[in-house]
Amino acid sequence: MAVARQSLYRSRRIKLQLFRGVTFLLAAVFFLVPIIAMLEFSTRGIHGERTLEYWRSIFSYPDLVDFNFGPAPTAAIDASLELALVTSLAMLVLLVPTMVWVRLKLRRLSRILEFICLLPLTIPAIVLVVGLAPLYNHWLSTYVSDSILTLALAYVVLVLPYCYRALDAGLGAIDVKTLSEAARSLGASWFSVMWRIIVPNISNAILNATLLSVALVLGEYTIANNLLYNNLQVELVHLARANAGVSIAIAVASLLFAFVLLIAISLVGGRPRRMRSEAVTNFGTGPVQGSAG
Amino acid sequence: MTKVGRPVLGGRRLSLDWVGTLPFFVYVLLFLLLPTAIVAFGAFFDANNAFTLDNFAHLSRSYVVKATVDTIGISAVTAIVGATLGALLAYAIVTGRPNGVLRRLVVSASGVLAQFGGVTLAFAFIASIGPAGFVYLFFQSHGFDYYAGSIWLFQIPGLVLVYLYFQIPLMVLVFLPALDGIKPQWREATESLGGSTWHYWRHVAGPILFPAFLGATLLLFANAFSAYATANALINQGGPVLAQQIAGALSSEVGAVEPGFAKAIAVEMIVIVTLVTIGYSLLQRRTAKWL
Repeated sequence: MAVARQSLYRSRRIKLQLFRGVTFLLAAVFFLVPIIAMLEFSTRGIHGERTLEYWRSIFSYPDLVDFNFGPAPTAAIDASLELALVTSLAMLVLLVPTMVWVRLKLRRLSRILEFICLLPLTIPAIVLVVGLAPLYNHWLSTYVSDSILTLALAYVVLVLPYCYRALDAGLGAIDVKTLSEAARSLGASWFSVMWRIIVPNISNAILNATLLSVALVLGEYTIANNLLYNNLQVELVHLARANAGVSIAIAVASLLFAFVLLIAISLVGGRPRRMRSEAVTNFGTGPVQGSAG
Repeated sequence: MTKVGRPVLGGRRLSLDWVGTLPFFVYVLLFLLLPTAIVAFGAFFDANNAFTLDNFAHLSRSYVVKATVDTIGISAVTAIVGATLGALLAYAIVTGRPNGVLRRLVVSASGVLAQFGGVTLAFAFIASIGPAGFVYLFFQSHGFDYYAGSIWLFQIPGLVLVYLYFQIPLMVLVFLPALDGIKPQWREATESLGGSTWHYWRHVAGPILFPAFLGATLLLFANAFSAYATANALINQGGPVLAQQIAGALSSEVGAVEPGFAKAIAVEMIVIVTLVTIGYSLLQRRTAKWL
């Protein structure tokens, strides 16, 4: 009986390992071949030799990169990097204090806050563009600025659901109320409660939310393209028509950059920190929604 | 006596706490709710700001109907295939070490592919199986020309293939938590009652996972339905996808600018995505009962 069961378990384990091996192999082929192909394509010379010509010539396109950072960047890579920075900062400034405040003082607003933050998931980016176009065309560009950095205003909305979830997990893992009451009773101002108590305690979640926004902004195409701004992805599509090699070199570079960012998240999030740090994980857990398309 | 209390009104302190949330709510009002309202109401007005239902009547134009049907078809196929393959991959991950390197690597990679721009993913396929990609060149030199009929990569079949490149990873991310909720004791219980592997999947794990699977499939559907970048990077003429029709009606590249019409298509998209999302959250609630 016991022997029979043991052999049953063994054959089941072998079958399972076989299934896993085949699955991972097929997944690796499907997902790695296109990425390797990008590296291959972007290093292919005219006569079939290996060359870094495309990679070197990235810097010879002033529309792409000119290291001229400022309030109105003209090069696409500069613009996307600045947008990533501005969007992340604006998102944190807007979201962290509000979420903490709602947890402390306005618990009944928490459902509404959650609903609003997750709302952008049900509104396709292209639909948002339709509603944003009049705002940008008639109001922002006339009365505020026509710099590409104004896109950050829309991008904050775009990253809202992902950042909300990351921060919510972080705040859920600490006792916001007790911590801030303790700090307040010792004479801390609200600002120092925020800056010296809450922020250090949810640093993982903040990092998580920031890296997510960076990845999303660097990959954003729909809004920029339809509001006629030249960010990294829009320029990639333009460039692909003239010089596919350079375009694909940048595409694979940005993809690998995003990959490094998210690996960083998973290393930070996966490190056991304290009892309930489970909740502060990378965005791989919990409900998610893609935005790749 | 250093501090004066807040004003007292009818025995209760008048709370000004809501002021703290004002910046956030003003922001979302301006950049989320206002644009949505512009779409929803604007769809009922023509260029002269007069009320009209013409924008919705235009939805019956043959190319919009075709785009709607095609988009729903692409979304359904990529959702079902993506969900099935993604679930298998997720199961392969979940049967490994819970905090192992492999799991973290696959989850992070899935995150990138599911979240990062569709343009890059389209390029990845052009570079690999496209007419100049090494996979095609390899097969061609061995006498197999898979573009003999037509270059389907730049048509709807190609779109389906590239969509799977972000649908499968998304499924992995969405479905892993559900699989993590499966308890090994359930299998042991099935066995102690004399059940086989088939019985376990058919009567225990299957029914428990099914709502989660269906919900995830709906989420994938909404994801594909909303996608724009991939289609635009891959197919820049004709615009087979509904999102491209919106973009077309917004810009003057093809024919006249029709902002009202763009809004009507946008409303159509919102309605479909909302229905799907409601289905998703109902199923999510059902899933939560067991997992």
